[in-house]
Amino acid sequence: MRVVIERVSKVYADRRGHEVPALSEVSAAVASEEFVALLGPSGCGKSTLLNIVAGLLEPTSGAVYFEGERTPNRPTSSFVFQEFALFPWRTVQQNVEFGLEEAGMAPAARAAEARRFVELTGLAGFEAKYPHQLSGGMRQRVGIARALAVDPAVLLMDEPFSALDAQTRQLMQEELLAIWERTRKTILYVTHNIQEAVYMADRVVVLSRRPGRVLAEVPIALARPRTEAMMGAPAFVQASEMIWSLIKAQAREALSG
Amino acid sequence: MVRIPVENRARFLAHREYRVLRVGALGGLVLAWEIVARLGWVPVLFLPSPVGVVGEGWDMIVSGELQMHLAASLERLALGFVVGGGFGVIVGVAVGFFSIAEAIGEPLIAATFPVPKIALLPLLILWLGIGEPSKVAVIALGVFFPMAINTYTGVRQADPLLVRAAVSFGARRWSVIRKVILPSALPMIFAGLRLGAGTALLLLVAAEMIAVESGIGFLVLHAGNIMATTKLMVGIVVLSLLGILSHWGLNRLERVAIPWRA
Repeated sequence: MRVVIERVSKVYADRRGHEVPALSEVSAAVASEEFVALLGPSGCGKSTLLNIVAGLLEPTSGAVYFEGERTPNRPTSSFVFQEFALFPWRTVQQNVEFGLEEAGMAPAARAAEARRFVELTGLAGFEAKYPHQLSGGMRQRVGIARALAVDPAVLLMDEPFSALDAQTRQLMQEELLAIWERTRKTILYVTHNIQEAVYMADRVVVLSRRPGRVLAEVPIALARPRTEAMMGAPAFVQASEMIWSLIKAQAREALSG
Repeated sequence: MVRIPVENRARFLAHREYRVLRVGALGGLVLAWEIVARLGWVPVLFLPSPVGVVGEGWDMIVSGELQMHLAASLERLALGFVVGGGFGVIVGVAVGFFSIAEAIGEPLIAATFPVPKIALLPLLILWLGIGEPSKVAVIALGVFFPMAINTYTGVRQADPLLVRAAVSFGARRWSVIRKVILPSALPMIFAGLRLGAGTALLLLVAAEMIAVESGIGFLVLHAGNIMATTKLMVGIVVLSLLGILSHWGLNRLERVAIPWRA
């Protein structure tokens, strides 16, 4: 299914009632089975945009819609949170089953379904553990399994690995790519990390600093499946440098206030 | 050149257990009490010896008197706890979650909470009669407030991120309450139970001092009236045991009910 973001603007009201624009006329689209990274400096409204796509926030103007066949009991999107947002009172298995439970699936069916994604994300053997017994990397695997289990048309990921240490992050990126190769989910992936965006995505949508607007859309001409070795490839370096030059000016402005 | 060794400057901050001292403090108190009683420094009528209290307690168990009083008290406690606790949780969730319930409930609770519940006992007796209902009601009231207020606080403290996560996976209002809000509030609910247990014991004794023929409160008051000090002491010991037991039991229950807490 295709996601279309059409001239979305979002204005927040701060405590004094002043209007703070967060997003300004953002238009973008994610094709079916495409992996799109939404990249921008911190505070550019990229998470806001993802929440709007998820239906957790209302845009001030503009619209988001999905194009494709409607499948009953299949949600348009599901969410992977930066802070994992696992239910601490549920075991790994119960966390993965959450969305299926809400969809009204019978207990036996959802246990079997959840089991598939527990295995896909490398959580086999940890089903009975509680989140606090897991490392950060393992917790986010649960987050990903929970989101994949509901078979969403589009997977929305909000800086899913930014709370992890650098080594774990690298490994999780590779694993997510491997999962993507197998499932070919349409993914909208928010990040502020240029290397991550270029390494993983088919296309990088670069947002400006607040209020976020689209600065550029950069297609990444790297073959699939992606490997670590590609991080030295000319296409990788070129794309990274191009995005950095766009972001750098923005970051300077932000620093000088 | 000199070597300057690094010393552990934080040593005095370390917390030690001193297990022997813990047991010794308690044992020493009882021992001192026994010695004072044996030496006859204080007449037995005013301070019976620990050994005497244990003996009297045993006699009361053999005759069945103690069990009868204990059963009567436990029944009042249990009923009061179930009624007060149940309503407390329901009201706490409603006031914490629904804006309308909060607008109605919060000022009402804030206005009625500071009233000492013992002061309501005569009123409850007027309304409900002198029998069991007024006694259960005063205990229920005493349990209701800490439970309602703690549940409310627990509900308000539920992590908005988890609520959002649940909603993003299709959870509707009741699902959110049942699967996110209530488990989030559970630790606070248990804290409320603990507070309620203390209040309940206090109110139980007060209620049993008026127009009853059974219960530990009655036992204490009656024994005092006929100067049966040893019996009175048995009653006090049983009450303190009840307090200790409820605390211990709630701790055990909490560990079973909240297994996700490390």
